[in-house]
Amino acid sequence: MAFRVLVGVKRVIDYAVKVRVKPDKSGVVTDGVKHSMNPFCEIALEEAVRLKEKSLASEVIAVSCGPQQCQEVIRTALAIGADRGIHVEVPANDELGPLQVSKVFAALVKKEDVGLVLLGKQAIDDDCNQTGQMIAGLLDWSQGTFVSEMTVEGETLKVVREVDGGLETVRLKLPSVITADLRLNEPRYATLPNIMKAKKKRLDVLKIKDLGVELSPRFQVLSIDEPPQREAGVTVESTADLVKKLKEIGKI
Amino acid sequence: MAGRFLQRSWGARRWLCGPGRAVSRVLARSFNSMPVDDVVNGLTDEQTQLRQTMHKFCQEHLNPKAQQIDEENNFAEMRDFWKELAKLGVLGITAPVEFGGAGGGYLDHIICMEEISRASAAVGLSYGAHSNLCVNQIVRNSTKAQKEKYLPKLISGEYVGALAMSEANSGSDVVSMRLRAEHRGDHFVLNGSKFWITNGPDANVIIVYGKTDPKAKPTSHGITAFIVEKDMKGFSTAPKLNKLGMRGSNTCELVFEDCKVPEENVLGVKGQGVYVLMSGLDLERLVLSAGALGIMQAVMDHSIPYMHTREAFQQKIATFQLLQGKMADMYTRLSACRSYVYNVARACDRGHFSTKDSAGVILYTAEAATQVALDGIQCLGGNGYINDYPMGRLLRDAKLYEIGAGTSEIRRLIIGRAFNAMFKTVLRMAPPRDHDWRKATAEGQ
Repeated sequence: MAFRVLVGVKRVIDYAVKVRVKPDKSGVVTDGVKHSMNPFCEIALEEAVRLKEKSLASEVIAVSCGPQQCQEVIRTALAIGADRGIHVEVPANDELGPLQVSKVFAALVKKEDVGLVLLGKQAIDDDCNQTGQMIAGLLDWSQGTFVSEMTVEGETLKVVREVDGGLETVRLKLPSVITADLRLNEPRYATLPNIMKAKKKRLDVLKIKDLGVELSPRFQVLSIDEPPQREAGVTVESTADLVKKLKEIGKI
Repeated sequence: MAGRFLQRSWGARRWLCGPGRAVSRVLARSFNSMPVDDVVNGLTDEQTQLRQTMHKFCQEHLNPKAQQIDEENNFAEMRDFWKELAKLGVLGITAPVEFGGAGGGYLDHIICMEEISRASAAVGLSYGAHSNLCVNQIVRNSTKAQKEKYLPKLISGEYVGALAMSEANSGSDVVSMRLRAEHRGDHFVLNGSKFWITNGPDANVIIVYGKTDPKAKPTSHGITAFIVEKDMKGFSTAPKLNKLGMRGSNTCELVFEDCKVPEENVLGVKGQGVYVLMSGLDLERLVLSAGALGIMQAVMDHSIPYMHTREAFQQKIATFQLLQGKMADMYTRLSACRSYVYNVARACDRGHFSTKDSAGVILYTAEAATQVALDGIQCLGGNGYINDYPMGRLLRDAKLYEIGAGTSEIRRLIIGRAFNAMFKTVLRMAPPRDHDWRKATAEGQ
């Protein structure tokens, strides 16, 4: 039985951009900086589009929460193969954390009669790695995180998870929340004809109040700092020298 | 510069790498590039998206090979790369959808040409020769049967296309060409040769101009365009040329020895090839000027991050005012060129074709590209002068655009004559007796 798939597509600072911290340490500079779709979301989207191509999914809906510009990312998703998009409009200066986004997704799942939620395992901006887990918690659904392989088997999903010790294979009962790891697939590029077709696809804009979700933040960011500068290394002549140096700095 | 993935904290890196697994794909995706502001460029959302796709694809799949393509004067994976371009739908951008094309416009085409050239100008040139010189000439001038026969294969990447105009002794003075095409019954017999033909060694289908009436007056009126296939008897190619730049975009001499071309392969009308040729040249100049834009952008991509790495006198060299001046000069040259090219392309997309401006965009962008490439070398100093860095290649590649598709001299002549023609129209009310108007217009190019 084909199910409807909800895919999260987050707009993040492009992975090739060098991120700069604002002088007041309140965050990073985003004005005039190139943004694009979170690479792990691309992988989740690709998997959803493949499910649709195999007729396992009835419809792929791409969702993004945030300011107006999120629609660019949704358009990319439509060009890659999503059937329609939902933009949940949240003003740029409102802080959205994993919990708030999870509540939005949980509300959308109920509204749209969704059978599977596909997300990237984490976003490359905040690296939270929580949204998938929280959605599954809020919905009380099964979850498969860090997935590198997934197969639909009737009413269940067989997924291979990348865990620290190796690979773990689990069977999940649908409906389910899946988060994609790097090796799940290799995302396709949006082709020129599909970019043109995407223009005609439906993109709904929803307000937070339409979903009846409460977004108040649960924590406060105190300060954002640059990672410490890596200091230059030294070349040692021999293994003995190496051992000596390591002892000097108290590593062994 | 390693991508942001690699500069992250250990915690994040652990998620990405996993135990004992490669991060090669993430690594392959990290590259230098300076952002292009397409809001300033006035692109539509779809065109912005097209640039993103092409940029990503070319930086991932072509850029890493560019240096090797140049060194070896060979692009071994060209056929596979063409198939990949076909999957993206960009080999026949200006071709109608019914023949496999994208039904797009010249500005769309220019964005692709620019992004391919930004990764490898040589491959960009081959792409331009294929998708504009060959495909677009067929789109604009052929019969339905010819379109059905050639376009789908050229657009799917099964065929590589080229166009042959110049001869060893007919470059700028192209209408003086000598390749003979004799009409014999249901076919033409071609004898002669063509020189400096981009994609010549690789092409399956080539548009060839020849003289069907060598005695025609004016001389331009005896030219006919043909669609020639590689396997036609009497057609052969000489070994590829060893060029200064654009290495890996194969160029060679084409030889025609009693080459039989069927009558149905005449492109346009017999004897009126000069119109096919000249109107095609306008669009060729427009599209190829995006190659020069791509080179200038590549210079920015390579030189600006370098200036933020390299230090002198305990300072990043980018903080020196003389180099800030260089950055500003390179950027404004590129931006002015881009605006001109995009605007002329938009005009073409609205059906307004201006010979003067088609010559203008390539005249200006080509000379700017050479200058910007020289500035780029200067920004890298000693490293700019060695071939471990791409700056020398960018300069050598840029120089071609001052020569190919009509030299800068011819382009100036076209623009100057376009102005002079305005004054001639005034004169037309009382033309001098010895002046032949039709001749002046036809040979005015």
